[in-house]
Amino acid sequence: MTEIAAVAIIIAIGLTLVRALLGPTLYDRVLAVNSLGTKIVLFIGFLGFVLGRPDWLDIAVLYALINFVSTIAILKFFRYRSFQVPLHRRPATKTPTEQGGDNV
Amino acid sequence: MGYFAGLIFVLAALWLGLSGIYKPLLLILAGISILISVVLASRLETVDREGSPYGRSIPILSYWAWLMIEIFKANWPVIKACVSANLNINPAFVRVKTRCESDLAKTIFANSITLTPGTVTVEVEGGKLLIHALFEEDATPDSFDEMDLRSYRAADGKREEELAA
Amino acid sequence: MSELLGILIFLKPWVGGILCVIGALLALIGSIGVLRFPDFFTRLHAASITDTSAVTLSLLGMAILAPSWLVVFKLAAIWLFIFLTSPTGSHALANAAHTAGLQPVLGRDLKRPDNSEEGA
Repeated sequence: MTEIAAVAIIIAIGLTLVRALLGPTLYDRVLAVNSLGTKIVLFIGFLGFVLGRPDWLDIAVLYALINFVSTIAILKFFRYRSFQVPLHRRPATKTPTEQGGDNV
Repeated sequence: MGYFAGLIFVLAALWLGLSGIYKPLLLILAGISILISVVLASRLETVDREGSPYGRSIPILSYWAWLMIEIFKANWPVIKACVSANLNINPAFVRVKTRCESDLAKTIFANSITLTPGTVTVEVEGGKLLIHALFEEDATPDSFDEMDLRSYRAADGKREEELAA
Repeated sequence: MSELLGILIFLKPWVGGILCVIGALLALIGSIGVLRFPDFFTRLHAASITDTSAVTLSLLGMAILAPSWLVVFKLAAIWLFIFLTSPTGSHALANAAHTAGLQPVLGRDLKRPDNSEEGA
């Protein structure tokens, strides 16, 4: 059964790649790549079960994390054209010591 | 200190669950890496009520259970719109007010809206959210009211008592 | 009681496999939606099908098929990561597109907005 699921995910990855190639805007491409990452995480999991090696899920965990970081990095880069700019940060208005354990 | 204890507990559980090999050398390495993570987190000043809200785990988990049901209910119209022959969608922007005050409650509310297929939070300004909805007729401000109330209760409810205690 | 356990053990691979297949089909439907919908903001909704229900059902199916509790823990970790990061990523995308001035397609007749200066 997981073989069928893996094949279906491959088709889904292909369709998402078509959207990533077609565009038309930058955001469509980033969305397609982000969605592709989620599907690849599922695909690695299915492949591990098909081949009888569920240890591959470690790779899937890493892929899920890197996928998120890369999306945010690409968006930040295309907004500021640089990685050196800090993201928008509100100035601190209240002291953070109203809850215990903050000033350790 | 409670937040540090919660962070250390979660990191230790993550290591033990992901590694699966319990030799002394690996456990020592686990201790070192947990220590480095905690030091880095405290240098980043993310160890506070909002960064690690373990004190409110039970309300947040019960809210999450409710949210899962809502997500699965909201999936049906979007799936139908994806596979139907003619695109029967009516996208629109909706503005919604929220009663949530803390950043944690606002994050939970906005993320719940984004997680629910058919609605995406585009912008958060103060107590107002700009939402893009796939079906305008389903996304009236009243339809977000229950989610708003529940996320408020999950993250902010009983906050006054906590502060007084 | 032991017969019930036997039936459950017999059903386990089937239930897990069917859940996996349903999840993969939902991912496929999400891809079709990403391909078909008219503009960026509506495609975001189609992608969120993949991020929520497809991931949940597939990982649930894999958890039922899993040979050990360690694998179940890893699957739960993946599920948690995806559920915490995917709305943040979607919101960042939508916010970036909105801030950059991308005009969405609105209304039932799906009138095309004028995006000539942002186009491609």
